[in-house]
Amino acid sequence: MLFTHMIRTAAVLGIFALISTWLVAITFDATKEPIAASEKRALLRNLHQLIPPVMHDNDLFTDTITVNDPVHLGIDMPLRVFRARKNKQPIAVAMESVAPDGYSGNIFLLIAIRYDGSVLGVRVSKHKETPGLGDAIEIERSDWVTGFNGKSLSTTHDKAWQVEKDGGEFDQFTGATITPRAIVKAVHKALLYYQQHRDSLYIDSNKQER
Amino acid sequence: MFNRYADITGNGLWYNNIGFVQLLGLCPLLAVSSTVVNGLGLGLATTMVLLASNMSVSAIRHLVRQEIRIPAFMLIIASFVTAIDLAMNAWLYDLHKVLGIFIPLIVTNCAILGRAEAFASRTSIDRAALDGLMMGIGFTIVLVLLGGLRESLGQGTLFANAHLMFGAFAESWKIVLIDDYRGFLLAILPPGAFIGLGLMIVVKNIIDDKVAKPSVMLATDGLTSADSH
Repeated sequence: MLFTHMIRTAAVLGIFALISTWLVAITFDATKEPIAASEKRALLRNLHQLIPPVMHDNDLFTDTITVNDPVHLGIDMPLRVFRARKNKQPIAVAMESVAPDGYSGNIFLLIAIRYDGSVLGVRVSKHKETPGLGDAIEIERSDWVTGFNGKSLSTTHDKAWQVEKDGGEFDQFTGATITPRAIVKAVHKALLYYQQHRDSLYIDSNKQER
Repeated sequence: MFNRYADITGNGLWYNNIGFVQLLGLCPLLAVSSTVVNGLGLGLATTMVLLASNMSVSAIRHLVRQEIRIPAFMLIIASFVTAIDLAMNAWLYDLHKVLGIFIPLIVTNCAILGRAEAFASRTSIDRAALDGLMMGIGFTIVLVLLGGLRESLGQGTLFANAHLMFGAFAESWKIVLIDDYRGFLLAILPPGAFIGLGLMIVVKNIIDDKVAKPSVMLATDGLTSADSH
């Protein structure tokens, strides 16, 4: 008696689990493509702010490679590199990067670098910095990140890749030093990495796989 | 009993409001209410979950045995939240990014399980649906008011980022209340949410007192203090 009661109860719960799973499964299936499309659109919008469409004639979204270099990039995570080309000539790359030492965790960056190694632009794609203080790194809130534009390893020597407070040439903003410090460091690392790996970054991914 | 629908509506919007009176779901309420648009987004998502879960719970109330009702309700709520999370990610991508973890966390909003257990599992589908809708709208109103308070004090704007929710044409809805406002950090940070909610509850209680006094002046003292627990 008790046993059949238990079995019946378990069966009811099992049926509910099946129905719920089915509901989630059909939603997942229906939203899979719109989500991928939205993600692609958002990423392309960010990419095109940095590398304007007139500068290149390839598809940034598919012309990518993935790099993972914890020693030089400071984070153990696969990072995408989007390559911009015009008439098959390399123009620029947009690298995903992460500043691991923000005030509250990782700051995700997109760093665009011209072929010659100068910064084309930097955008913060995701962060958890203090609203009202550290979030001045967002382009919507202040033009601080545009301070990197045009900078390169030759215009700014290694010691100057710091915030002004530490003797470098980049502004910090009032009340927040840790956040800009983390980003300056990450951009510097990305430029050093680019300098060392420039040729391999532009290699055709198809060739690389073969 | 013929007054039930009006009672359900009044309870959800005012007398038993999730945010003001039950003080349930404070974690998302306080975390997300930094702007009007964020508050509205989370409020509407919560309303949809409440409506769907209340209706399903009511529909299955005769099938589910006592012992397994809580796991069954949780399954229902969790799958609706997951579905809405996916749908928002697909069609309101930017807003979904702003609200982030708080959409999946609607599952843990005890108000939803609370309504399922305390109300929907004991009543007909239409009443459960009305209750879910009204509780959700009541919660949304609190979120939007608190968002408005914090956004205007903290950033000097209202309806900023409305385009995340309503599309590009809503970008012009943003109202700048004070030009060149330097911002008031406390209002944006979590303490501002607590203080703001506290002030709003004060206002609600003052209104309730004003309304209650003329009719039941003598009896209120003992009754209200017992009610509130």
